[in-house]
Amino acid sequence: MNASVVSGFSRTVIAVSLALSMAGAVAAQSPAYKAPRTPDGQPDLQGFWTNATYTPLERPNGVTKTHYTPEELEAVLKKAAAAETAQTEPGTTADVHYDFSQFGLDRSQSTFVRNLRTSLIVDPPDGKIPPISAEGKRRLAQRAEEQKRLGGRWDSAESNQLDDRCLIMAGPGPPMMDAAYNSNYHIVQTQGFVMILTEMIHDVRVIPLDGRPAPDAKVRQWMGVSRGRWEGDTLVVETTNFNGKNPFRGSTENLKVTERLRRVADDTIEYKFTVEDPAMWTRPWTVESAMRKTVGPIFEHACHEGNFGLYNTLVGARLEEQRAAEDTAKKSSN
Amino acid sequence: MQSRLLITTIAAVSLAAGVSMAQAPQAPAARPATRPAAAPAYRAPRTADGKPNLNGIWQAMNTANWDIEAHSAAPSPVRDLGATGAIPGGIGVVEGGSIPYLPEALKKKQENQANRLKLDPEVKCYLPGVPRAVYMPYPFQIIQSTKHIMMLHEYAGAVRTIYMAEQVEAPADSWMGWSNGKWDGESLVVDTKGFNDLSWFDRAGNFHSDALHVIERFTPRSADTLNYEATIEDPKTFSKPWKISMPLYRRVEPNAQIMEFRCVEFVEDLMYGHLRKQPASK
Repeated sequence: MNASVVSGFSRTVIAVSLALSMAGAVAAQSPAYKAPRTPDGQPDLQGFWTNATYTPLERPNGVTKTHYTPEELEAVLKKAAAAETAQTEPGTTADVHYDFSQFGLDRSQSTFVRNLRTSLIVDPPDGKIPPISAEGKRRLAQRAEEQKRLGGRWDSAESNQLDDRCLIMAGPGPPMMDAAYNSNYHIVQTQGFVMILTEMIHDVRVIPLDGRPAPDAKVRQWMGVSRGRWEGDTLVVETTNFNGKNPFRGSTENLKVTERLRRVADDTIEYKFTVEDPAMWTRPWTVESAMRKTVGPIFEHACHEGNFGLYNTLVGARLEEQRAAEDTAKKSSN
Repeated sequence: MQSRLLITTIAAVSLAAGVSMAQAPQAPAARPATRPAAAPAYRAPRTADGKPNLNGIWQAMNTANWDIEAHSAAPSPVRDLGATGAIPGGIGVVEGGSIPYLPEALKKKQENQANRLKLDPEVKCYLPGVPRAVYMPYPFQIIQSTKHIMMLHEYAGAVRTIYMAEQVEAPADSWMGWSNGKWDGESLVVDTKGFNDLSWFDRAGNFHSDALHVIERFTPRSADTLNYEATIEDPKTFSKPWKISMPLYRRVEPNAQIMEFRCVEFVEDLMYGHLRKQPASK
């Protein structure tokens, strides 16, 4: 169900997609489904997938149930889609940056994961990220200090956000999360390896399946180091050796992510993950989501190479400072 | 039919000659006049779907990224790096020795080289393009599947998807181009078009336009080596097609892996440092 509607957001799109694809909702899967096999006998996860979803990570305040009814979900999706396109009101900053509905970037116009759950978090049972540990509070304070030292967002490249700097975005993780737009992945398997290409900044995960250990703790990477294995039809991937510079909901370099990917239908991969990081949270927590089949191919996302935005905002900020200084000088000379 | 038989015979003879050379290196074997390269003597192991298995981590071992043409050793372009940044000499990887530039293009190449610290896209951590990605001093991993073959480069996390099944025209210009592939006997043949005009071939300023068309052949030559050839066409820049060739070597160490080389962070001060907010003067 790749609704390639280009005429802007419409209620019809949501209604039609809902009607056609409730069968693809995460909850609805046949226990008899047997995933196809690659030529070398692995369960076949290959192809183009998306994890775009309107389901929030944490259960919204005021919602107590774990699942919506299909009718309730429809209402929630309509509201979420409307909110997403509302940001492109003519004349707003968001409209100048991206018109989500015009270019089909908003989730309602392409494949997205429909999920009756009220939150992606399934454990703790309240659907919320667990409390921050004492060490976590210390780390957060330390980070705030560091950001203060770096200065305001447009004081330098280094003080700006990671996505504005084209360093890394939400998509590749791990854990792999909806990146707001272009939440697309290409999975390719060969003997001994699973490769996952993320559209955003062409970030790649190469996951070896041969049981090799994680490298020395001195090796630290933005995306950590992943090791995988098949447990029956489930691909289990453990990732450690993070550098902590791209915190996932506050995580540190001690983060350990355990992901479970299992193809439960031709068009659906069930995606679960557990994150553990005692340096941030008092207990591990677990998410259940999915990846839906979408159409390829994935294009080159040369983010840094075309990063006029970062350059221009820095130039703009310096010009504004210069103008303010001149105004001050003029006032004092009068 | 007869000529095919002849080539097969030559290949068999040269294979036998190779074996006898290995046994008795002092006895020079008579080489056939026809180069046997077209009929490879080595047959690679097969993947589960029956194709030559190119999976693995590969790396060039030469100085082509400094200059694909023959060049002498030279001092470091950055004084403070001393010998650690000096340029090692190389016999070149361009067949026939030099690149057939059009006169105007040759001038631009020389300007590029004179200003390479300012102009080389590698200095800014930009995507390397093709074929440069293949012989940069970083490894790359081939993940080979039936429909898609991935080439995953350590440098800048550059990625190439080679479409083996649904072959289509490049939808738009890009740094890494758009690659369609096919098997030709033992060789993977990759046809890449749809390039922008922003990448270079090396640090010496060798360059191309958006009319670049690269045809590569990856041919196994032993368990741990590949022959790599790339034919380069670009009528806006060169007077005729030309070719580079080199072996690629498998990274055989246990647990070899492509490391993260997210170099954007390493060039921010260089690229944007002059736009940093200055502390207010007191």
